[in-house]
Amino acid sequence: MRRRHLLGAGLAIAVAGMAGSAMAQSEIKEIKIGEINSYSLLPAFTEPYRKGWQLAVEEINAAGGINGKKLVVISKDDGGKPADAQTAANELVSSENVAMLAGTFLSNIGLAVSDFANQKKVFFLAAEPLTDAITWSKGNRYTFRLRPSNYMQAAMLVEEAAKLPAKRWATIAPNYEYGQSAVAVFKKLMSEKRPDIQWVDEQWPPQGKIDAGPVVQAVAAANPEAILNVTFGADLVKLVREGNTRGLFKGRSVVSFLTGEPEYLDPLKDETPEGWIVTGYPWYDIKTPDHDKFLKAYQAKYNDYPRLGSIVGYQTIKAAAAILAKANSTDPEKLIAATEGLSMPSPFGEITFRKIDHQSTLGAYVGKTALKDGKGVMVNSVYRKGADYLPSDAEVEKLRPKQ
Amino acid sequence: MAFYFVQFLTGLASAASLFLVASGLSIIFGVTRIVNFAHGAFYMLGAYVAFTLTERFSGALGFWGGIVVAALIVAIIGVLVEMVLLRRIYHAPELFQLLATFGLTLMVQDIVVMIWGPDDLLGRRAPGFKGAVDFFGQNIPSYDLFLIALCPIVLGILWLLFQRTRWGVLVRAATQDRDMVAALGVNQKWLFTSVFALGVFLAALGGALQIPRDAVHHALDLRIIVEVFVVVVIGGLGSIIGAFVAAVLVSELNAFGILIFPKISIILVFLVMAVVLIVRPWGLFGKPEAAARRTPGLTVTPWRPLTSGERLMSLGALVLAAMMPLFAGNYALTVGSEIAIFVIFAASLHFLMSVGGLASFGHAAYFGLGAYGVAFLAKAAGLPMIVSLLLGPVLGLLGAAIFGFFAVQLSGVYFAMLTLAFAQIVWSIAFQWVEVTGGDNGILGVWPERWAASPANFYWLSLGITALVVTVLRVMVFSPFGFALRATRDSPLRSEAIGINGKRVQWTAFVISGTVAGIGGALFAYLKGSVFPDSVGISLSVDALVMVLLGGVETVSGAVIGAIVFKAANIWLVSQTDLSKLVLGGFIVLMVVAFPKGIVGTLETIRNRRRSADTKSALATSRIEVAE
Repeated sequence: MRRRHLLGAGLAIAVAGMAGSAMAQSEIKEIKIGEINSYSLLPAFTEPYRKGWQLAVEEINAAGGINGKKLVVISKDDGGKPADAQTAANELVSSENVAMLAGTFLSNIGLAVSDFANQKKVFFLAAEPLTDAITWSKGNRYTFRLRPSNYMQAAMLVEEAAKLPAKRWATIAPNYEYGQSAVAVFKKLMSEKRPDIQWVDEQWPPQGKIDAGPVVQAVAAANPEAILNVTFGADLVKLVREGNTRGLFKGRSVVSFLTGEPEYLDPLKDETPEGWIVTGYPWYDIKTPDHDKFLKAYQAKYNDYPRLGSIVGYQTIKAAAAILAKANSTDPEKLIAATEGLSMPSPFGEITFRKIDHQSTLGAYVGKTALKDGKGVMVNSVYRKGADYLPSDAEVEKLRPKQ
Repeated sequence: MAFYFVQFLTGLASAASLFLVASGLSIIFGVTRIVNFAHGAFYMLGAYVAFTLTERFSGALGFWGGIVVAALIVAIIGVLVEMVLLRRIYHAPELFQLLATFGLTLMVQDIVVMIWGPDDLLGRRAPGFKGAVDFFGQNIPSYDLFLIALCPIVLGILWLLFQRTRWGVLVRAATQDRDMVAALGVNQKWLFTSVFALGVFLAALGGALQIPRDAVHHALDLRIIVEVFVVVVIGGLGSIIGAFVAAVLVSELNAFGILIFPKISIILVFLVMAVVLIVRPWGLFGKPEAAARRTPGLTVTPWRPLTSGERLMSLGALVLAAMMPLFAGNYALTVGSEIAIFVIFAASLHFLMSVGGLASFGHAAYFGLGAYGVAFLAKAAGLPMIVSLLLGPVLGLLGAAIFGFFAVQLSGVYFAMLTLAFAQIVWSIAFQWVEVTGGDNGILGVWPERWAASPANFYWLSLGITALVVTVLRVMVFSPFGFALRATRDSPLRSEAIGINGKRVQWTAFVISGTVAGIGGALFAYLKGSVFPDSVGISLSVDALVMVLLGGVETVSGAVIGAIVFKAANIWLVSQTDLSKLVLGGFIVLMVVAFPKGIVGTLETIRNRRRSADTKSALATSRIEVAE
């Protein structure tokens, strides 16, 4: 048996390959950012996201790069697994010598990379993960987050939901951390504003595996006046279809996380339920100069309309570039110092990375769903600034672990 | 009352969709013994093709025609797969076809995104079945009623097909004893192909019929495949009626279960399966598997320990591997550690599979338990790393002792599925018990202490433990215990006759294997600095199977090579290409065709052929397939 012999040979080959790529890297006028996302698991979100950041890279380099250096983004797929994300992060940091890590979509992957960043003392700009833990209970000094968190989105929705007359509420959420914390925060904030409401039913279908018929039927049986929905993607499609056929949404108010994002709204086509209160991204309705500029550039380059993922990808790299330019260094401590309190433009207006919890003040649009020409759209959308929907500094201090 | 009736009907509609897919899988398994992992992929393809056709051709005819044509098209794809790929490997070791179909599944996932794009697609509603029927104030979608009606019709047609046609008689005969059917002169090739085509047709039909109520997307396959397997096993392999009853049972329990425990869906099917298998080891309608008849041609030449020359070579290879930190960078070393850990994991499963003859589909449970064990000890109890590393795997040991006790009462695929059920139960505990395990956000900050923190030191640590574990397992193979275990594997009756307590020996092997997996998991927790429910998940269990099969299940230590090749290829491909699943799947399919006994198995066969040709004792031995 030559097993160990082969083991050695196999490792040696693997090593030779890796060492080669490590040596081949140039130290000349480049700044590298390491980017990780679930490209193969969640292409519906990550494809537009990739287009977004590619556009940003192009714009930055066309404008002279970062203090004269060319910006290069090295992108890796994590396949939706935290362990693989760490392998990728390690490769980016150890072999590619990137100045910072960026990206991630799923909350658990965001947390895994953030913990890696903390351990290896690497700067990490989390793009998409929504979990509150990443900036609060498990926050660390190396991690910043761009997107409005679960808490912020819940607070924006609660503001509208509290105005509804409904007193009996039911919830439908995917059975994992995102769904659980979205429901928990929504319930907490809602009950603070409206002590008179009752929570009459909750349904927790497994993420990606909703058996929509029984779920819809069970919620209908509790006879709520309003429903909170946290499902998205294919689960949302099934839920909406069953709900429409069975008349679940008739005469009931629905408040729904993320449903106004084109990624999730567009697949519903002519079955889009009307009048849901949602957070999202009505790209067709935003008439600000910042957004116009982004929209024109995006459509010119891709001949496609942007999704929310495009915004997140675009702004992640724009923010990274702004941070690197201000720090004028790739030292993580200097990057942190540069980022804390840094303000910058974005397609949604100016945003700031807060010093206190490393959360950006990027906001979201809140509006209602409607049907227009057989397609789902958001109407009456208003931009909600992220800064207005965060708890007080004293509360945040308590939430974050002491460094 | 009306509500409960409607909920019952809703459950039936869910059962109908499950049944169509499950019946196909059951037929395929019954006759060909292929664990067709690609069944979900065919289901998904059915949905995608039907989506395209029904979008293209409108109207009632366009819709219903599109559904049927889609199922036919996918069935033809299935026939091609069977003829080109599976036919080559029917004589490979059991479960090897799983590897091929797993590779196919990976490829299809990337291919559908390439063809149909990344977005979720919304298919048309069925003409004539768009609305709902009012039942005492409750709405029942008319499409649900259609599915409920369709289900018994399909069941009836299948029943007639199997009971009233010559083809059906042959299929049933083959399900019972395919060697005998072959001996009676039935052309097995075409029998297998036609059965595979029918099974794939049913899967694709099941997928196509979902488009009026589901979104079509690239993760449909994984969503259904495990559940369908479970349904087939609960019903009893090869039994169509069983699949039907199991589908109804599972769906109704879910429909009513969520009224009381809204979080039950995530684990329900596995709980049902575990209970059914413990009470009825062959499923509800299954029959005990006839003792496998070992064909004389497949007699395995006895395994032998390494010669002293081979020992020296192994030692040399180990020394070479240990010198890696002298020239490799940090990333390469971390990857090296990861590969070493997966060698431990694969070796542990290999011990159970090849020496014990027990293929576990849920081996990640013990790997994950070891990882969580370390996380609890290091984070919650604050124990030092050495102690945690030593005690962490104990959790794996305990899990293996409890689950193994029940699992070894079964054999074959039922054993595999019971281990899967246990693994899913562990997974759902890790996933749901947020206060203790952190849920899917996991436990963070389980980093090694300073002495082991540098990639080189951690690599040496992992490599050392790996070498130790592989050596110990090998020594065990050639110990009296190993012989007893192999005797039980090869002939339960004879080994019992000479006084071996088969179940106890297998249970011990299960515990050893689980503990070793736990050691791998413990190291993995420190390597990654965190533990997530993923490390108990199905995909990790499948990875372990793939590594063992790739190495060669009939070898003593093939898993070592299998793990190195698979893990290195996996990490490298994921890093290098956006189409990693397509390339990795293709790679696996190629390996399957090139090395039908696994890499090590095939190499050894070639080497032994050559050797026996040299000694001219050819005729007698060259017919014998050699495994070591």
